[in-house]
Amino acid sequence: MELNNPKAKRITWWQKNQIKISPWIFLAPGLIFFSIYVIAPIFVSIGISFYQWDGLSPSIYVGLQNYIELLDDEYFYISLWNNLKWLIFFMLAVPIGLGLAIFLNQIVFGIRLIKSLFFFPFVISQVVIGLIFTWFYQPNYGVIAPFLNFIGLEGFSILANENTATYGIIFAGLYPQIAYCLILYLTGLNNINPEQIEAGRMDGAKGFHLFWNIVLPQLRHATFLAIVVTVIGALRSFDMVAIMTQGGPYGYSNVLAYYMFEQALSEYGYRMGYGSAIATVLFTIMMFYILFFIYRMYRNEREDNN
Amino acid sequence: MKKVIISLIMMFGIISSTSFAGTLVINTDTSDAAPKKAFEYIIKKFEEENPDVTVKWNVFDHEGYKQSIRNFLNTDPPDVANWYAGNRMLPFVRAGLFEDVSDIWKDSGWVDGNLSENMEHAKKSMTIGGKQWGIPYTYYQWGVYYRKDLFTANGISVPKTWDDFVAACATLKAAGITPITIGSKYLWTTAGVFDYLNLRTNGYEFHMDLTLGKVPYTDPKVQAVFDKWDELVKPGYFLENHAALSWQEALTPMVNGEAAMYVMGNFAVAPLKEAGLRDSNLGFFQFPEITPGIPMAEEAPTDTVHIPSKAKNKTDAKRFLIFMSRADVQEEINKILGQLPINKNSSVKKGDPFLKAGLNMLNNAYAMAQFYDRDAPAQMASEGMKGFQEYMSNPDRRQKILERLEKVRQKVYK
Repeated sequence: MELNNPKAKRITWWQKNQIKISPWIFLAPGLIFFSIYVIAPIFVSIGISFYQWDGLSPSIYVGLQNYIELLDDEYFYISLWNNLKWLIFFMLAVPIGLGLAIFLNQIVFGIRLIKSLFFFPFVISQVVIGLIFTWFYQPNYGVIAPFLNFIGLEGFSILANENTATYGIIFAGLYPQIAYCLILYLTGLNNINPEQIEAGRMDGAKGFHLFWNIVLPQLRHATFLAIVVTVIGALRSFDMVAIMTQGGPYGYSNVLAYYMFEQALSEYGYRMGYGSAIATVLFTIMMFYILFFIYRMYRNEREDNN
Repeated sequence: MKKVIISLIMMFGIISSTSFAGTLVINTDTSDAAPKKAFEYIIKKFEEENPDVTVKWNVFDHEGYKQSIRNFLNTDPPDVANWYAGNRMLPFVRAGLFEDVSDIWKDSGWVDGNLSENMEHAKKSMTIGGKQWGIPYTYYQWGVYYRKDLFTANGISVPKTWDDFVAACATLKAAGITPITIGSKYLWTTAGVFDYLNLRTNGYEFHMDLTLGKVPYTDPKVQAVFDKWDELVKPGYFLENHAALSWQEALTPMVNGEAAMYVMGNFAVAPLKEAGLRDSNLGFFQFPEITPGIPMAEEAPTDTVHIPSKAKNKTDAKRFLIFMSRADVQEEINKILGQLPINKNSSVKKGDPFLKAGLNMLNNAYAMAQFYDRDAPAQMASEGMKGFQEYMSNPDRRQKILERLEKVRQKVYK
């Protein structure tokens, strides 16, 4: 064939490999920036965690000293424990978001307006939400003060108490997170196959049974996404803590992300090595979780393809 | 394309050629109204007196400056930058980023006589390793601000001794008034109380030894400070829920007449007066004596100007520092700032009883502390203030907190 075709000789290397190469050319800008701004800093940061460095003076290699110190640091354990609280209670956003989505998924007059009002907390800045909730919680003149007085907790300050501060912040954090899950589920509900529901009804399924066995499985992708964004949101819960308590009272509402910032970059910090060690621990936790989910996603997709 | 590059280079050339000798670049964190006005005045006056110098002044956001200074001292150093005295300047001195200006302190015979003499009381806080690293230009006093009318109504006179002070608290508490207001959300207010309790119980030398890491936090003398603190914390003489309030929010009970005293810096006077208090019902007194016979040292955080060691125009920068230390200049800027001049030959704004009381107190002070977070290194300060806040909420945890602070001390001052 090729011998008969005079043009065949003129096929260049580029033409031969075009299909193989072009995706990489299109990917290149993304890959380059991703490696410069995401991948490389991870390794640099892990590297810094073996040094003692204030950002100004020359850095001193200290080996695992920062990690050893971390193991003996009360505030580190408090932060870790709070991260766990965040992971558990932040998950409430998923079922509440689902419940609201089902509630809002109906066709009545003005439902669009009502839906957009429910989206609203997701649109406004976390900083604004943090500030407003701080005012809500204010003892004596906050919005919830009359309620607290009623149950006999006069002048009780949620954010000043070491036992309640974290829950107060999580509660404020749930407000936009529920809206986020709500959006995910509303789009999921749009894609539900009405025929399946119809068929289920004919077979006598109704109420919770219908929801659990027919609707929920179809929302699998939305659920997956909602859980992923909520877990990531819980692990990097930084802004709310920074705005509402700055980790206080005395470090009892700290989370790893904020503790890292406090040690490395705040006014009294500039312990770059120690901050990086905390960051590395946080990164490891996230990595386990992300790998687990990537693995599950991969498995699901393979099942779908079969 | 080539043309664009050439014109860019030319533009760059023009920009950089403006920084020839005779230009003095000053970076400050004076973004707030009064400090900004003060520096506007200083720069105008300096340019009038030195027509050969053009000042280029960059104002940074007050909070952002703490981050920026770390960058610009290395990458784009100005000729003069403002900062704070005490241990706060230690990282920069240690990294070799500030210029040694001991010669300005030593040289007598220039404009206003001998600097060391006029500012002797502030020299210690500008000294690291036997050398001076900058010039102080303003400070303010700390002490107890109180509601005169509440004191009169409850038959309390200004307490001079610790027993009087505790008795006054008890009377106020019995009358349903919170004796001392405090907002500890941002931690540092607790350090003001600790500093004074330590300065009065153990004296200036011990306080400095502690902040310099020479004494363990488990020392019986530190325990003695907390014994005194217990006398205020355990009966509930401090405002409840202070951990949820900023220092400004804690002013509200005082304005409303629900709290009577505040251990604070003089900067609290302005917001208190804005909220409606007057000289007739707002007063100031020196933190009372605890251990009799111990010389009274005071808390007086000092603002300073420095020359970065990589500055281009050090000659004019030194002229500027000398200018800033002059009595007449310090007098004027502190009138604008509403604070106190360091130079002993300056006088203060007339008719301000708080400044008058402050000047009187500081000029007679045995020594001056810079405040816990400026005297102690950053890490120790942050852990210490967290500990003080925790103690004020849970006085029974004292032992555990002090042991933790001792652990931190051993790590920080290796």
